[in-house]
Amino acid sequence: MMDFLIRALVGGLGVAAVAGPLGSFVVWRRMAYFGDTLAHSALLGVALGFLLNVNLNLAIIVLCVGLAAVLVTLQKKHIIATDTLLGILAHSSLSLGLVAVSFLDNIRIDLMAYLFGDLLAISQTDLYWVYGGGLLVIALLVAFWKPLLAMTVNEELAKVEGYPVESIRLLLMLLVALVIAVAMKIVGVLLITSLMIIPAATARKVSATPIQMAVMASFIGCLSVCGGLWASYHWDTPTGPSVVVCAAMLFLITYSLPFRRR
Amino acid sequence: MSTRLVTFENIGITFDRRILLSSIDMTIDEGEIVTLIGPNGSGKSTLIRTLLGLQEPTSGKVIRNKALRIGYMPQKLHIDPTLPLTVKHFLALVRNVNKRDILPTLEKVGVGHLLNSQVHVLSGGETQRVLLARALLNRPNLLVLDEPVQGVDVNGQVALYNLIENIRNELHCAVLMVSHDLHLVMAKTDTVVCINQHVCCSGTPQQVTGHPAYQALFGIPGADESIAIYAHQHDHVHDKHGDVLDADTPQDGDHHDHAHCSHH
Repeated sequence: MMDFLIRALVGGLGVAAVAGPLGSFVVWRRMAYFGDTLAHSALLGVALGFLLNVNLNLAIIVLCVGLAAVLVTLQKKHIIATDTLLGILAHSSLSLGLVAVSFLDNIRIDLMAYLFGDLLAISQTDLYWVYGGGLLVIALLVAFWKPLLAMTVNEELAKVEGYPVESIRLLLMLLVALVIAVAMKIVGVLLITSLMIIPAATARKVSATPIQMAVMASFIGCLSVCGGLWASYHWDTPTGPSVVVCAAMLFLITYSLPFRRR
Repeated sequence: MSTRLVTFENIGITFDRRILLSSIDMTIDEGEIVTLIGPNGSGKSTLIRTLLGLQEPTSGKVIRNKALRIGYMPQKLHIDPTLPLTVKHFLALVRNVNKRDILPTLEKVGVGHLLNSQVHVLSGGETQRVLLARALLNRPNLLVLDEPVQGVDVNGQVALYNLIENIRNELHCAVLMVSHDLHLVMAKTDTVVCINQHVCCSGTPQQVTGHPAYQALFGIPGADESIAIYAHQHDHVHDKHGDVLDADTPQDGDHHDHAHCSHH
């Protein structure tokens, strides 16, 4: 009877653990809006996955990476400001996704589950995806930690010192896309970014080094998942939003505590 | 005969039909100190960026010696305040750095005590020294310094230039430095290249200050010193700094200083 709760907890913890370090990079590089754009386009990935009958996770990853590539190309051309560009891509891909979903007559899609997540409906297969994808992300983060951080601190210095900055930037986008694909089940496309940036922002106050912040963000994310699940179980609230509310409360509490930011 | 490290060959850069640089020829030899001067917007930083590989020239090419290792010290460092970072961690980011070199290098530039400080709380002079340490950790045979004394007060500027001089004497590396204040760097420079989109003149500091093209840009040395002093006193009255001694410190007569002071 408690099976679904345990699966939800294990899945949620897996996602939060991965979202923490990556969320830190999103915060440091001011990519929050970029993450949002990728997340919104994930719904289009779902629709395409159903239409073409391919694995949904795969469809999402391919679409996110494709969109990231388009974004970088357009950014280099300096046609319009990046935030405007992101806004256009985010909302047009979300709308396109919603329109595409409506064409799927013969398949019933629980739209709410994709928009806001359905942690309690997580299956054994989903868990494999979360942990497979999560371990891959962590492994890549550990292996490329130094170049990723060097690029984040100062791209020009990193480039002069011989880091392959363009490839590393692409890697980071790929990692964000991967996390979005695996986290969508848990909190849905509209709330994924929050699971990445809120714990990271909270961790900032209690960290003195980048690694500390990344680890603390994971930990705070896990706390939020536990709290959100507990609230959801007790008061029958929607799980994904409960997790995010819990993360936001931790943020507020941490920043109102009277110790100085390190 | 010393080895040639870098040759700029007919470098031209055009951006949106605006000419930033045209037909720049310049060389840097091993151990040579080259100072690049020119007014704001003259393309000094752009030229440096082509050497660093951060900017592709529209025409011409940069020929680099195979053994060239650049230590680059940027004008300033912006690190997002959301990124907690100590000086030690900042310096550990240098590619293939030997972690045991970090503290001795910091001590060499005189800021060993900052090892565990957050990069966000450093003063202007401290930041420049940490940046210099980072450049040195790359084990360069060419130090590229883009306005190394930006945001540092006059005493600090002299100290920083002396430090750079000492380091160069110790490591025997070449130095390419951007400055718009020739007076402070003059004694230490082998070659001065004055640019304003193109190379106006180049040579020893004495040759360049006597060159009509230099004088057209920066004024005749000495001739406008009185104007400079007057302008500074004028500024200081308004600023309520009121330090009369300031007027006696050597000021170069270039108009950037004026512009700078009036922003205070």
